[in-house]
Amino acid sequence: MNANSVSSGRVQKAPESFLTPSSIKEIFAEGKKGRRDFIRNAFAAAAAGAAAPMAMAQSNPVPAEGGDPNILNLPEHTTGLGQGVAVEGYGKPSKFEANLQRRQSPGLTQTTQASVSFAPLQSLFGIVTPSGLHFERHHQGWWDIDPSKHRFMINGMVKKNMVFTMDEIMRLPSVSRFHFIECGANTAVDWGNVAVPTVQYTHGMISCSEFTGVPLITLLELAGADLKNGKFVLAEGGDGSSMTRTIPMSLITSGEVIVAYGQNGEMLRPENGYPLRLVVPGVQGVSWVKYLRRVEVGDKPYGAKDEAIHYMDLQPDGTHRQYTNLQEIKSVVTTPSGGQVLLDKGFYNITGLAWSGKGKVKRVDVSTDGGRNWRQARLETPVLSKALSRFNLDWVWDGKPAIIQSRAQDETGHVQPTYQQLRAVRGTRSIYHNNAIQSWLVQENGEVKNVQVS
Amino acid sequence: MSRFRDAVLTVVLLAAAGGVAAQSSLFPGIGRTATPSEVAKWDIDVRPDFKGLPAGSGSVAKGQDVWEAKCAQCHGVFGESNEVFSPLIGGTTAEDIKKGRVANLQRSDYPGRTTLMKVATVSTLWDYINRAMPWTNPKTLTTEEVYAVTAFMLNLANIVPDNYVLSDKNIAEVQARMPNRNGMTTAHAMWPGNELGGVKKPDTANKICMKDCTPEAKVASFLPDFARNAHGNLQEQNRIVGPQLGVDTTQPEPKVGRPLAAAATSAPVVAAKPENTEAKAAMALLNKHSCSACHGVDKRIVGPGFNEIAKKQSGKMDYLVSKIKAGGVGVYGQIPMPAQSLPDADTKKIAEWISKGASK
Repeated sequence: MNANSVSSGRVQKAPESFLTPSSIKEIFAEGKKGRRDFIRNAFAAAAAGAAAPMAMAQSNPVPAEGGDPNILNLPEHTTGLGQGVAVEGYGKPSKFEANLQRRQSPGLTQTTQASVSFAPLQSLFGIVTPSGLHFERHHQGWWDIDPSKHRFMINGMVKKNMVFTMDEIMRLPSVSRFHFIECGANTAVDWGNVAVPTVQYTHGMISCSEFTGVPLITLLELAGADLKNGKFVLAEGGDGSSMTRTIPMSLITSGEVIVAYGQNGEMLRPENGYPLRLVVPGVQGVSWVKYLRRVEVGDKPYGAKDEAIHYMDLQPDGTHRQYTNLQEIKSVVTTPSGGQVLLDKGFYNITGLAWSGKGKVKRVDVSTDGGRNWRQARLETPVLSKALSRFNLDWVWDGKPAIIQSRAQDETGHVQPTYQQLRAVRGTRSIYHNNAIQSWLVQENGEVKNVQVS
Repeated sequence: MSRFRDAVLTVVLLAAAGGVAAQSSLFPGIGRTATPSEVAKWDIDVRPDFKGLPAGSGSVAKGQDVWEAKCAQCHGVFGESNEVFSPLIGGTTAEDIKKGRVANLQRSDYPGRTTLMKVATVSTLWDYINRAMPWTNPKTLTTEEVYAVTAFMLNLANIVPDNYVLSDKNIAEVQARMPNRNGMTTAHAMWPGNELGGVKKPDTANKICMKDCTPEAKVASFLPDFARNAHGNLQEQNRIVGPQLGVDTTQPEPKVGRPLAAAATSAPVVAAKPENTEAKAAMALLNKHSCSACHGVDKRIVGPGFNEIAKKQSGKMDYLVSKIKAGGVGVYGQIPMPAQSLPDADTKKIAEWISKGASK
């Protein structure tokens, strides 16, 4: 197949001129030299060549034969008998959706058991992540644990050390809430410069689900926890890594922290902690301990491996910030995004996700010229606290190069920073908590690329 | 009638009295008291102030023995290996031990950050080794072995001398020599509570500006051409219909015209492969016996990938069975593979799968 072939009513019209890789290199070199107007001039020159021959492409033309064969020739599914009920006891996505997979980033980790896989944000709608596409982060491999043998223990500064079965936890009054979970290292590879091609790899360590479970405070009160002096709670997993993390008591007494067993109407998936995990809204994913077996109430933080060796943010002066748990205001355009091609000029819906660990998203603005001018996007409902929010903006692409960005603000007033603003404080070696504004370059030839602007 | 009412009242009053007496009657019948032995088995965490540290000791010499038997395969003989995990040892100096700050962390040109460069609390090492190591058999070390391995690592980093015996009695002295003990701060706005002090104001204060906000944007960083297909073909990572389609990154960006993108076809871009049941069974065994911790199917981890072995030892099933059982060194590299004790039937199935080409 070549770029001009006709398929499914789509015409890919070849423009006469566009930005070649070498011209992009030139832009890069010129950009480094600091010529402020260079990119616009370069883009304008390229656009001038294309302007004359490139009329608005008809993306769905009438074929020469007088009609679309997909309409004129009735297909088998219109003229035959379909399949019966319960062929699949647990339904699967269409076979045509096979490209949507969570994927590893090549070379990021040496093992698959202490590793991550990224959710395909470029192809998802709304705010809920399908459970089978939820990003994964395992520290010592995942397990499918028999829930009838799983136990949950509470000890430490409590009147009574207690043990619960899953049956007992599921008998208690439950809540169901939508929350995002984001790895503290999401977008880590782009701290210094562009390193990966698509939004799946730049931002795919985030997912959003409806979680069902029991507020941890209910269980702590049952055990008679010392809520005054017990300022910290250790959460511990039941897998080989027995992951531990320190949770602030103030977040627990607010009722937000949930001991969850449900996810999007079914039980948690094994990769996400089946049968029990902690849900800590607004806090990075490493605190959402999977296969949760125990919490301990204490009066000091615990200095666990993932808060004293990893998940610390290195600052320019060589100091590590410890206990950096919060996921601050952030957003990203999911389409158009890196690795995609716009086949024609004309109307497009710019869409993306915004979120804040400090509450609701208040507004999102979108720029198509690299941050010079902005338009306010529509926030779709529902807009929930510490959950993903979906935004949309109408856009007519004129075929010229564009740099698309989104900028979110949360209800505390905090506005998502630019890379320059973030690096001015945190440098480039922090690894964790990169919430900078993302840029996608739409080239004249329609191909979209991950870029950073200065 | 009135007798019935009295009876109901009595029940209500009794229930109320019970509620005052026992807190748990809020949810009667839910949960029970944990026994001391249950708590002891699970409550294994050790805090930076050493709360939770069991009494005991272990020597550097003993630690070296344990290390070479159970740790060196992944971490290297001197904790320096970068093959499987980030290096543990290196990058710290005598001056760091004196000051409690690792100077190399200030250098942006210093390659890598080892565990001993970063960690401020010796309790963290003890706790983590005890709960999660060795990688494929966590929680199997004795208390003495955990002390000993910790001591050996501290010795590799020149924090304790060769003849040191680390114990619950002297671990606080070691804490006072940790190279990065003064390298942490909680003065930031990213702890969601007031328990650690911290600061209220976030690091950045971007403003909502709508028009002529910045000079013309310049592209300062982008992915080089040679990395175009480094994450696999992006055409196969996008839906086959939609406002934008994935670009075919197996092809270089064309000089003229649009890059190739998947137009809708009658079949999915990724055709389903027929299921390879033999490979699936072999893979399950590789996971079950933790072979996959050191060998990838088509890539080297600590040891060679199975495809690499299959190429060299095609058809030699008996040889492969004997090598799995006895272990070895020198055929594929200098990191030894220890002898494995899995059931004969499983060993045979794995060997057969490799000898036939280690297909996926």
